[in-house]
Amino acid sequence: MTNQSITQKLANPTRFMGLSGQLLPWLAGASAAIIGYAMYLAFFVAPPDYQQGHTVKIMFIHVPSAWLAMMAYVLIAISSFGLLVFRHPLADVSAKAAAPIGAAFTLLALITGSLWGKPMWGTYWVWDARLTSVLLLFFLYLGLMALRSSIEDEALAAKLTAVLALVGVVLLPIIKFSVDWWNTLHQPSTGLTTTVHASIRIPLLVSALGFSLLFFTLHLKAMRNEILRRRVKALRMAEVDRAQGSHASAAAAE
Amino acid sequence: MALGPHAAFILASYGAAAAVLAGLIGWLVVDGQRQRKALDALEARGVKRRSRGA
Amino acid sequence: MSGFWVLVRRDLQLAVREGGAIGTALGFYLIVVALMPLGLGPDLNLLSRIAAGVLWIALLLAALLSLPRIFEADYEDGALEVMATADLPLELVAAAKSLAHWISTGIPLALMAPALGILLNLDIGSAPALIGTMVAGTPAISFLGAIGAALTLKARRGGLLLALLVLPLYVPTLIFGITAINAVALGSDGFWQSFAMLVALSMGATVLGPVAAAAAVRLQLQ
Repeated sequence: MTNQSITQKLANPTRFMGLSGQLLPWLAGASAAIIGYAMYLAFFVAPPDYQQGHTVKIMFIHVPSAWLAMMAYVLIAISSFGLLVFRHPLADVSAKAAAPIGAAFTLLALITGSLWGKPMWGTYWVWDARLTSVLLLFFLYLGLMALRSSIEDEALAAKLTAVLALVGVVLLPIIKFSVDWWNTLHQPSTGLTTTVHASIRIPLLVSALGFSLLFFTLHLKAMRNEILRRRVKALRMAEVDRAQGSHASAAAAE
Repeated sequence: MALGPHAAFILASYGAAAAVLAGLIGWLVVDGQRQRKALDALEARGVKRRSRGA
Repeated sequence: MSGFWVLVRRDLQLAVREGGAIGTALGFYLIVVALMPLGLGPDLNLLSRIAAGVLWIALLLAALLSLPRIFEADYEDGALEVMATADLPLELVAAAKSLAHWISTGIPLALMAPALGILLNLDIGSAPALIGTMVAGTPAISFLGAIGAALTLKARRGGLLLALLVLPLYVPTLIFGITAINAVALGSDGFWQSFAMLVALSMGATVLGPVAAAAAVRLQLQ
């Protein structure tokens, strides 16, 4: 028992619920504090960029969102692998919980990117290589969630969604590469790619850390909700079973 | 804290971030409470798992 | 290997026998391309500039319509279950069915493309390049499409879902397909570079597609 790895210990959903319940308030507090500090740095300390002026402040939420959009997909891919190969009992809970959160951060990256694009490029949407790849990533998230919700058998839906997630992780770099290639063909790279000065890099890193902690908080909470949901479902089935059982025995007694 | 000529875009970005994240947090909290309530109700009725064998 | 070719021939015969499927895809291809000038105006310069893109996108949509055919009928009548227990690995079954889909859908659509290019004022001299590019690129459509077809066997609203799952995966093929044709039609260089990328994508898809599709089918036969 003592040489169990952490993942093995966490494999038991009951133990996971206990540990995560203790961890959650601390994570939530830490992410709130760090995001608050990042916002203070962003608005009161960081200087305006000499090229982009104050709009560089959008970067402090745009870049962490885009980074988390990708990280959430990596997390889903790892969880999917854990489900299909190791049949880890929490892997699907993790994959399912991460999908809407990843999609939300992807959407946020798109919204802030387009709000940044308007003052920079004069239009809300530019087929910039990064915006385009993030948009395609958003479609992949929608596909994952749509596939899961359209298959009745939840265990099967989990495994098929995992197959799709792994296919996506193989193709994402290729999609990214092709979009970059397409973009350089049509227009010179513009806008969002400015070299980052230290006075901006530090608030950006603080903000990225805060948002990452927020992501893990949300993911942990979503996993807890999903475990509870599965318990409720199991109990309801047991209740129905028992009702039918007592019905049958009553009928037999007559 | 002057935000320059593009203040509206900066505030809209932060507003969008706040709205999306607040929506996400609100959904997770409400969903958690709902599941917890359903579970408590079932347990109060004395439903236990693995009652099949009994 | 012979079991593989038997399966390819069987699927092709089925596709020919219910010839409606191929005809529908070709008719769909024609009508989508014909709608474009009606939507964009009859300016021939504009049309020849966007012809490659229109031909490729319409081809993707036409091929998408026929993707469910790869597994659906065999899944519903239980033939897939028999195939899964036979000697041929399910990966090769999926590969054979994807190959049959490519021969019965991808190639006819590719052969029809130059005729539709005329409607869009595409330079007639680029017809060989157009056919070659589409023949090289469409295997990726069939083999990656097989993944989507396998994943949505038990799904509600399968057809719409299939489009959502599969179209993002087609982006690289679309991009390199269009640049290859434009390189010839509009006289820019880099045809062979794009063409090589298309071939590489198709070869990658012939590995990834059957493996993933077989995994998805196996999960649903259990």
